[in-house]
Amino acid sequence: MSEYTYEVTDVAASPGQTPSQTVGPFFHYALPYDAGPRVAGPDRPLAFRLSGRVVDGEGDGVPDALVEIWQADEQGRFVTEPGVYAEVAGAGFRGFGRCATDPDGWFELRTVKPGCVPTVEGRQQAPHIAMSVFARGMLRRVVTRVYFDDEADANAADPLLASVDEERRATLVATGTDDGYRFDVHLQGDDETVFLDVGAR
Amino acid sequence: MFEPQPKGSLETTSDNSYFFPDYRSTAFRSPGKALVMAPAGLTELTGPKFGHGDVRDSDADLTAHGSGEPIGERIIVHGRVTDSEGRPVRNTLLEVWQANSAGRYIHQVDQHPAPLDPNFVGAGRCLSDDDGHYRFVSIKPGPYPWKNHTNAWRPAHIHFSLFGRAFTQRLVTQMYFPGDPLFFQDPIYNSVRDERARKRMIAVYDHATTRPEWATGYRFDIVLGGTQATPFEDGDA
Repeated sequence: MSEYTYEVTDVAASPGQTPSQTVGPFFHYALPYDAGPRVAGPDRPLAFRLSGRVVDGEGDGVPDALVEIWQADEQGRFVTEPGVYAEVAGAGFRGFGRCATDPDGWFELRTVKPGCVPTVEGRQQAPHIAMSVFARGMLRRVVTRVYFDDEADANAADPLLASVDEERRATLVATGTDDGYRFDVHLQGDDETVFLDVGAR
Repeated sequence: MFEPQPKGSLETTSDNSYFFPDYRSTAFRSPGKALVMAPAGLTELTGPKFGHGDVRDSDADLTAHGSGEPIGERIIVHGRVTDSEGRPVRNTLLEVWQANSAGRYIHQVDQHPAPLDPNFVGAGRCLSDDDGHYRFVSIKPGPYPWKNHTNAWRPAHIHFSLFGRAFTQRLVTQMYFPGDPLFFQDPIYNSVRDERARKRMIAVYDHATTRPEWATGYRFDIVLGGTQATPFEDGDA
């Protein structure tokens, strides 16, 4: 007997999207890699530290989360050359970053502020980075966007920010620090980060 | 805003909850507020590209990284990665990780009393080919205990991570083995509430893929969502 018992029948799988499952606690030897957090090379002008903390509904740092980002370069162009694992050399830029959180829930990436990219309908958007967070205890990733607090005019005109309740808008905006920006991810609670539905789960 | 998803022949997953009480770790890690529909922006509709510089052939053979053969049932796991319209997803990166045949992960957090295998790490990578096909060689992972509830066991599984063509398609899932006797008590497998959708995570035993006197075979096809609005359909060439 088991505390939880689920019915198992002979019904066949229906065709369709493969469901998501949690990344679990044991991904560290498979997914993170040394060069993962360095989206911009050491000589990239204006590269900065994007750091933050993934926090659960009790206010504790999440020590087993995986943070990924994808973004355009400073001119709003996307990297089309293949390659995610190699160290970014010189003034290079990869667009993709991955960082596992530390025992207190902190992550740290090195990147640049992207230029503006439009929606598919051609509406202009404020500079932003797309972010996924995976963790043990999460059935699927959460998706959010990192905007920047020194882009007030662009943020004021951004269609996504405009669609979010004003009191929650700040959860999408990274705040400037001495050497970059800070962006915390609150998975649950009163200050829960705005998470996005991007059309796939 | 995203256009409504066209109703093709394939279903999308309909359950969008992050909270499943039986899987206790979801209690404080599940967002409680409604997701916000994001406008379809080019950042979400693009994604990293992959090339043969990202993987070596040996990365797809999880049995090849020790000084000898790992202990366990050698298996070939293969399948096709397609989008929800049935089109192959080409040159996309797959990352896999799993326990050894005794159900032990090499990860330091896993300290349950089962042996490590000096010839098995349990991590691999490969790219899908021009038809969306991928292939790994491994050993069949064992079930393992976890502390979710008394005498809880995870069914044998292989973790899969896929990128697809765009940020929207990113998927992390688990592949299970047909006929596993532990499905009835596993909250993670059963967190997908639609049984017919849940069964999409079970590989099919595939005798045509076996290699005589060497390995048995399993087929695990993967369908990614989230491309209907993608402006760069085959921009990965």
